[in-house]
Amino acid sequence: MGFDVGVIVQSLPFLMQGLGLSLLLTVLAAAGGIVMAVALALMRLSGITALSLIAAAYVNFFRSMPLILVIFWFFFLVPLMIGRPVGGFYSALIAFTLFEAAYYAEIVRAGIQSVSRGQVAAGYATGLSYGQTMRFIVLPQAFRNMTPVLLTQAIVLFQDTSLVFVVSLRDFMTATTIVARNEGRLIEMYLFAAAVYLVICLAGSLYVRRLQRKFAR
Amino acid sequence: MIEMRDISKRYGDFQVLKNCSTRVAQGEVVVVCGPSGSGKSTLIKCVNGLEPFQKGAITVDGVSVGDRKTNLTKLRARIGMVFQNFELYPHMTVARNIRLAQEKVLGRSPGEAQAKAMALLARVGLAEQADKHPGQLSGGQQQRVAIARALAMDPIAMLFDEPTSALDPEMINEVLEVMVELAQEGMTMMVVTHEMGFARKVAHRVVFMDEGEIVEDAAKEDFFGAPRSERAQKFLSKILHHI
Repeated sequence: MGFDVGVIVQSLPFLMQGLGLSLLLTVLAAAGGIVMAVALALMRLSGITALSLIAAAYVNFFRSMPLILVIFWFFFLVPLMIGRPVGGFYSALIAFTLFEAAYYAEIVRAGIQSVSRGQVAAGYATGLSYGQTMRFIVLPQAFRNMTPVLLTQAIVLFQDTSLVFVVSLRDFMTATTIVARNEGRLIEMYLFAAAVYLVICLAGSLYVRRLQRKFAR
Repeated sequence: MIEMRDISKRYGDFQVLKNCSTRVAQGEVVVVCGPSGSGKSTLIKCVNGLEPFQKGAITVDGVSVGDRKTNLTKLRARIGMVFQNFELYPHMTVARNIRLAQEKVLGRSPGEAQAKAMALLARVGLAEQADKHPGQLSGGQQQRVAIARALAMDPIAMLFDEPTSALDPEMINEVLEVMVELAQEGMTMMVVTHEMGFARKVAHRVVFMDEGEIVEDAAKEDFFGAPRSERAQKFLSKILHHI
C-alpha cells in the first residue's frame, strides 16, 4: 500500500470545490451574522425593555441550541411551513447566519460598551443624532476593538461548516470523506484534511494576534 | 441666554442637585466652582440635556431643554461643549473631528467644512496638526482641537466642563489663553473650573456650589473680595492659599 500522495493531487480540483463552499459559507454567514448582530446589540442596549427582551431571548435561544439542530430545522421543517424546499445551501446559510448572529451579538455588545460614554456625549453635544453617533463614532471604534474576537469566531464558524454534510452539501470535509471512501485512502485523505484545516486556522489565528498587537499600541 | 430655575436631580436616593437657579446673559462669562462632588459638572451637562433632571426648568435662547417636544439634537447643535477628557474621536484625523458635525448636522459641504476647520485650527495655533490623529497630540493640543470642534458649529454659547483638569500643569495655560480670547470676543460662556486666575481675569459672575446647591452666585468682585458664605470662604482659602 504505502502512502500515496497521488490520490490527493488527482482529487485536488474536487477537494478545492469543497473548500470553496466551506469558505463561501463562512464569509456569507459571518457577514450576515455581523449585520444581524449589530441590530441585536443595539436592541439589547436600547434601554427600551421590549426590544431588549426580544434581543436577549433571541441570543439565549440560539445559544442553547446545537448548530446541527438549527440546520435540520431549515432543511426539514421550514419547507413544511412554506410549502417548498429551501435547498441544502440556503438552509445551511440561513442556519449559520442566524446561529452566528447570536454569538456575534454578545461580542458586538461588549464592543459597543468598550467605547467610553464620553465619546457618545461628545457626539450628542455637537448635535449628532443617536444613529449618526453610533455610525460615525461608536461603531467604528467598537469594531476596531472587537475585530480580533470576531475573526476568532469566524475561524470557529469555518470549522463548523463541516456539519453541512447532514443536508448533503459537499463542503471540504465531506469532499475529503467521499474521496477517502471511493479510493480507499483514508489515512492520506484525513491527514491532508487535517493539514488544510490547520494551515487555514493557524493563518487566521496569527493574523488575529497581529491585529491585537497592532491595536494594543 | 441660559436660564435655570429650581433644577433638582437625584440618582436613586442621592440628591445631586438641589433647587439650582442661575442665569447666563448674552456675552456673559460665568464660572462655576466648588469642591469635587458638588454637582458642578452635572449642572452644566443639564444645560444641553446630556443629563436629564427631574424638577425645574432650563431654557437656552428661549427653548426649554426639559420639554419633551423640544428637538434636543437641534438645540445641542447650537451649544458648544468642551469636556474634561477632550473626547476627540480617536479614529479620525484632527480635521475630520472638526468637519464631522459641520457636514452631518449643518449640512455644510466638505470644502466649506474643511475651510472652517483650518481657519479654527489656525486660530488655536494648530494648523500644522490637521492631518494627525488625536493620539499623536499632547493633552493641551487635544483640548484646543476640542474647542475648535465646538466653535466650528458657530455656537450661541459655550459650555466648558473642567477643561483643564485632565491636563499636565505646563499645558493649562495654552488652553486658558484660547478661552480668555473667546471670552474677550464676547462669547457667552459657562465654565466649570478650579482655575481662579481665569475667573478673576474674564468672569463676570462666579457661581459657587457645594453638596448640590448653589451657595453663592455673585459678581466676580464680590465673590473674590468678600464671599458671604462660610463654605465659599473655606473653599477659596483652600484653593488660593496653597503654596
